[in-house]
Amino acid sequence: MEDIEKAFETKEMTISMGPQHPATHGVLRLVLNLNGENIVKCTPYVGYLHRGIEKLGENRTYLSALPLTDRLDYISSMNANVGYVLAVEKLFGIEAPERAKFIRTMVSEMGRISSHIVWLGTHVLDIGATTPLLYSFREREAILDLFEMLCGARLTVSYPRVGGVRNDVSQEFIDRLYAFALDFPSKVDDYETLVTENRVWKKRTVGVGVISAEEAINWGLTGPTLRGSGVDYDIRKYVPYDAYDKVEFKVATGKNGDCYDRYLVRMEEMRQSSRIIKQCIEKLPAGAVMADSPKNTLPPKDLVLKDMEHLIQQFILITKGPAVPEGEVYVSTEVPKGELGYYFVSDGTGKPYRMRLRSPSFVHASVLPRLSEGGMIADLIANIGTIDIVLGECDR
Amino acid sequence: MEILQIADKIKEKFPEEILDIKEFRGQVSVLLKKGKILEICRYLHDQTDLSFNYLADVCGVDYLGKKENRFEVVYHLYSIKHRHAIRLKAEVSGDNPAIHSVVSIWAGANWHEREAHDMYGIVFQGHPDLRRILMPDDWDGFPLKKDYPLKGTEKEWPGFTDVLDRAKRFSEFDWKG
Repeated sequence: MEDIEKAFETKEMTISMGPQHPATHGVLRLVLNLNGENIVKCTPYVGYLHRGIEKLGENRTYLSALPLTDRLDYISSMNANVGYVLAVEKLFGIEAPERAKFIRTMVSEMGRISSHIVWLGTHVLDIGATTPLLYSFREREAILDLFEMLCGARLTVSYPRVGGVRNDVSQEFIDRLYAFALDFPSKVDDYETLVTENRVWKKRTVGVGVISAEEAINWGLTGPTLRGSGVDYDIRKYVPYDAYDKVEFKVATGKNGDCYDRYLVRMEEMRQSSRIIKQCIEKLPAGAVMADSPKNTLPPKDLVLKDMEHLIQQFILITKGPAVPEGEVYVSTEVPKGELGYYFVSDGTGKPYRMRLRSPSFVHASVLPRLSEGGMIADLIANIGTIDIVLGECDR
Repeated sequence: MEILQIADKIKEKFPEEILDIKEFRGQVSVLLKKGKILEICRYLHDQTDLSFNYLADVCGVDYLGKKENRFEVVYHLYSIKHRHAIRLKAEVSGDNPAIHSVVSIWAGANWHEREAHDMYGIVFQGHPDLRRILMPDDWDGFPLKKDYPLKGTEKEWPGFTDVLDRAKRFSEFDWKG
């Protein structure tokens, strides 16, 4: 090899990968300085999907900015919704009823499964295994059908509400979800037989994109990307919200911090998610699904159409916004990609003075150069897949 | 350790720098002067009984007309080891919006600071690569400032007019001839 390099003069080459490239999972542009197939320098460019959600949020009331969060991580919008309503509830100082908490936990885990499934299908497809994609989208379809049954929407759900959830779950939904949760772990086993011990897969992922625990924390990585390095930081355990302190589950961690370990962590998380769903259904308490707090939560729609008080309540909440104390809160939740944080500054009016989104994809995209420089282009593809970014959430 | 105790500890160590300590909904925020932000962050990161090893977020806030110093840079710190969190807020004036970068302590601050620079025009001194991140390089103005209109400015971004021009030229081009 050295002889060849001596005999031929090689030149560093700069190429632009993306923003329209199937392996970048959206509109991510990477400018690569290459020496042959080796990456000397990698510079990510983001912002192609910037819609100014933070600015839009500052110009809407707390209750009407919820659908904006659907458009962050459009693969698991449920989790972003839940994070948003939790942050607003904390600011208002209200709490959802027990039943709503269990429902929200249940649907967040459904969102997690659907996100991890899409991740699995596309990630292994990037690396060259076409089969798992077809299987994984079969299960994703089942979850999306359940979402449709629950609230009428498949992707941009906007199902949780400040103070609870929009509507109660039906018995038919519960039965179907329970059957799904029982069956799903065997599906994960099926995926694993296709991929986990596959020689090609192991060659492409073991020892690729290694990051140590300390360094991963320093870079601000969260979620499965951090847990692959062996840190058990999971907000569901560290700062339990909703009903996570009432269900049992294990936090999956890896050891080596490479692409392969992060893959194993996500596979285990899917199993744990179905475990949580199962427990939520078994323990689901009876009761209301919306908090009784007329000053800052929407009234039930059927009452609005019938009596005056609720009509006035709805009118005031929509036009003027809810009653909010002055102050600031930062609430973060564990979404499939990592830690999604909402920071609200309130000046006492019905609209947030500042709405800040700390999105995991944004941080994870920033670590790409660290993971990829010095490696090959083929490993870069594995790295993009393994950090699990969605550009809608990255660019906001 | 209780969060208020941590705030007191910072106050003990840097009595000149602390302007205010506030608690709201169980979360503590410490308002600081910007001058010694790097030292304070270094202290919080290195001290073993604090060890704030994880920087969750850095962002700017614009208090136009509400406060004497127009901007605040907000840091959300968390310690994975001790499981405690604190919020630091550094005041930055509107005339000369500059503050020390903390990238040398937490590598993850890099893009957050670039975003605050992009959205508010705050300059982070000592940042290794301070460029715009979400907006195009030749964008005029800082979108998240309170005096920036929601619908944007009258003037179109040159990159967009460029695309329109090119589309027009191609539509007039005689492809068959």
